[in-house]
Amino acid sequence: MKNKEPLILGIVVFFTLLTYWLVEPFAHAQMHKHVESEGFKYDDLPALTKKGDATRGKDLVMGAGACTGCHGIKVEGMPAPMDPVTAAQSYGVNPPDLSNAGVVFDPKFLAALIKNPAHALMLDHKYNEKTGKMFPMTQFYGAGGDMDQEVADMVAYLQSIAPKAEELTPKMAFETACGRCHAIHYPYVKDGKSHPAWTQIGEKPKFKHKQDELAFETKVLDYQDALTKYLGKLPPDLSMYIRSRGEHFISTFVENPQNYLKGTAMPRVGVTAEAAEKVIEHLEDVGDSKRHVREEVGMKVMIYIIIFALFAILWKKEVWKELH
Amino acid sequence: MAHFTKATSLHDWLNQRMGIDTVRRVMATEYWIPKNINFLWAMGMVLAITFAMLLVSGIFLLMYYQPNVDLAFDSVNYTIMQEVGFGWLWRHIHGVAASVVFLIIYIHMFTGIYYGSYKQGREMIWISGMLLFVAFSAEAFSGYMLPWGQMSYWAGMVITNLFSGGSLHADGLVEWIRGDYVPAQAFLNRFFMLHVLLIPLAILGLIGLHFGALRIPHVNNQDGEEIDFEAEAAKYKAGDKKGSKVIAFVNDFMSKDMMVVGIYLIFFFYLVFYHYDFAMDPVNFDPANGLKTPAHIYPEWYFLWSYEILRPFSTDVGLIAFAFAQVIFVLLPFLDRSPNTIPASRRGLFKYWFWAMLIDMIILTAMGKVPPSGIFSTIGLYAALTFIGLWIALPFITKMEKKA
Amino acid sequence: MKNSSRRGFMGKAFGAVAGVGAVASLYAMKRSWDPLPSVKAAGFTTLDMSAYKENELVTEKWRGKPIFVLKQTADMVAKAKKNPKDMDRLIKIGDAHFMVCVGLCTHLGCIPGYRPETEDFLCACHGGMYDFTAEVTKAPPPRGLDIPPFKIDGNKLVLGEEGPEYKKMLEAGTTLKV
Repeated sequence: MKNKEPLILGIVVFFTLLTYWLVEPFAHAQMHKHVESEGFKYDDLPALTKKGDATRGKDLVMGAGACTGCHGIKVEGMPAPMDPVTAAQSYGVNPPDLSNAGVVFDPKFLAALIKNPAHALMLDHKYNEKTGKMFPMTQFYGAGGDMDQEVADMVAYLQSIAPKAEELTPKMAFETACGRCHAIHYPYVKDGKSHPAWTQIGEKPKFKHKQDELAFETKVLDYQDALTKYLGKLPPDLSMYIRSRGEHFISTFVENPQNYLKGTAMPRVGVTAEAAEKVIEHLEDVGDSKRHVREEVGMKVMIYIIIFALFAILWKKEVWKELH
Repeated sequence: MAHFTKATSLHDWLNQRMGIDTVRRVMATEYWIPKNINFLWAMGMVLAITFAMLLVSGIFLLMYYQPNVDLAFDSVNYTIMQEVGFGWLWRHIHGVAASVVFLIIYIHMFTGIYYGSYKQGREMIWISGMLLFVAFSAEAFSGYMLPWGQMSYWAGMVITNLFSGGSLHADGLVEWIRGDYVPAQAFLNRFFMLHVLLIPLAILGLIGLHFGALRIPHVNNQDGEEIDFEAEAAKYKAGDKKGSKVIAFVNDFMSKDMMVVGIYLIFFFYLVFYHYDFAMDPVNFDPANGLKTPAHIYPEWYFLWSYEILRPFSTDVGLIAFAFAQVIFVLLPFLDRSPNTIPASRRGLFKYWFWAMLIDMIILTAMGKVPPSGIFSTIGLYAALTFIGLWIALPFITKMEKKA
Repeated sequence: MKNSSRRGFMGKAFGAVAGVGAVASLYAMKRSWDPLPSVKAAGFTTLDMSAYKENELVTEKWRGKPIFVLKQTADMVAKAKKNPKDMDRLIKIGDAHFMVCVGLCTHLGCIPGYRPETEDFLCACHGGMYDFTAEVTKAPPPRGLDIPPFKIDGNKLVLGEEGPEYKKMLEAGTTLKV
């Protein structure tokens, strides 16, 4: 009697793999278009032509640029002029603190943003002459000199006060680039240190009295109401986004939201490629924190199960020697 | 009262009271299986192991899962996946096993169809097996509701809507099933009850029935040969293991089972640790939102062929076709009019029927996943019609079959 | 004969390998049963010791249990100084002395009631009594109220952490570990 088992195994494996391929890679390719990353080059924005001077930039940021009229700069000891809730209710969005802007955002993007915020953020479809809507941040019309030089100076200043690229933690990158609009309600532990949930107005503190906790949550809800009014929809909580969207989608989405959701109110955030990686890492820390354990244990289990199968095969051969 | 003597050992003590030697002979060392079988015969054991993994992983999930619409999602994706020691492992095992068990069920089912193991005395094995398929389907559906993600919610919405019966508009029935107008707390809690208690009990009972139905007809063999089990068993017991056409369940069949299980577990655990998105769909990592349907909803892969039979037709026709598809497999022993219990390769037209059915179900599965537009809905329609056509043709082509 | 003993060996070897897997699974199961990190992290309570008044019993909470805090009067401290066992039970923070104990009777776990007039505790369940340092004065409780692990942090007391004063109490047998 010919042993048909290799042929049978081949048939079973073939049809299983065929079904898998049709149901997963093939079907998903039909459902979702694939967007390639542009490497965070921001090719649509003009290149920087002038070398910036941080000292001149500081004068402009504090002075003619009028940046500190809305933006706080914590690292220079300058708090934001308004608390987040009032700011959101006034402008729709809470103007970000500028301490980390120089390391998180691309310099070309920062320059373009200062000159024309709605355009750099790819929100022209919402803020233009036809709609008559004004973007909350006013353009910089220059301080009387060479505007390109002035803008380069301001960007240079922001870069000078920001932490170095190696000092940028995933948490800092997330809070700077995403945290004003997106909450993460999962606390997490990283390197033995525990971190509380993140709301759009900051980390959720521990409260002894229920009244204080409720007061804080009311503030968060007020902020979220203002944000919803400004954007049209409340930006989603990102706790599990690393599993529901995956690294590639998030990275390319952040690079240009309009590629996936045409007409969306989410601005192009303008992060550098490195900052984008750190944001992804933060989302992994929050939504897939056990990935390292999973890989370690996976390796051990695979080695064990191969040994298990080997011993099973040897036992079977011994038993069946008497039967064939 | 039976007569008891002073026991000579612990074994003897138990044997006098519970007859463990007889149990061991009947269930293990003298439970005869044909020798002429291939590794497909091990699928039953593979299913038992997979079901055991579902039970054990399920027990640990049950320790931390909260069946409350506000807490369910986070109890799974925060507490179990990120806080509980090895919680992520139980969840991954449970999700992957729930998907892979259906792959093995389909292989097991089609093995039975190919070798004719559903006829000539084995009808109850087939019927109890199909009932197990239904029970596992219900168990999988109810389990999928529990994480209360977007897919959970919308699958719950769509599948319970089926019970409105199209033009019958039995909306009252749908609300009764849900316990509410939409899938909400009542719905989640009752499907939790079904998933954790009622259906597992039914499965255990049906497994008992399935094994019981197997004893008198005995396990089939890959040539469809009629074996005199008494005579062959006598040869085996006399010492002629090589000459006998049968083997004992323990250790002979068991050792081959364990070999297949070992190889299967390599594949299984690889999926658990490294390749699990097919079993834990990303869409279900979005919390349920009754006011937003995802861009693409689809059932788990093992329901797709069935879903695609529903889709191409108008509502009422689709529901009838869907109902037909659920029930028709059970009727296989009675629609097959040939008395031959031999492999399909030797059964003339039935050979083509078998491969056509297998390929058609794969096409239906694929079309069930892709958006129903353009060429895909055309292929889906023809595949659904082919499915119905094949079943109608079955009595005719098997009636024409020559007796082997 | 040789064959059957080989087969016996291979079967046992396979069984042993399977056993290793079973033991590993049991370990994973044991770990799943462990208290969650968030539960263990919640096991610390900080008390602001400047907020208490003398001879006024305040009940705080630590790890789900009631904690008695009784600021000692000068009189109580004088009385306690006469009895070293009593003095050992008190915690000195700044110039003040405090009795800080788990408010569960060491007999069978009821919460004893404080009587400020007589400056003692009476447990209603079986009549056990303790003095103002929570040392036992009347049976059936076998020992004084247990003292939770604590650490002095300026004017604050952190329950759940083991400071040097607490460790001394453990060594002296003033309290059992809670």
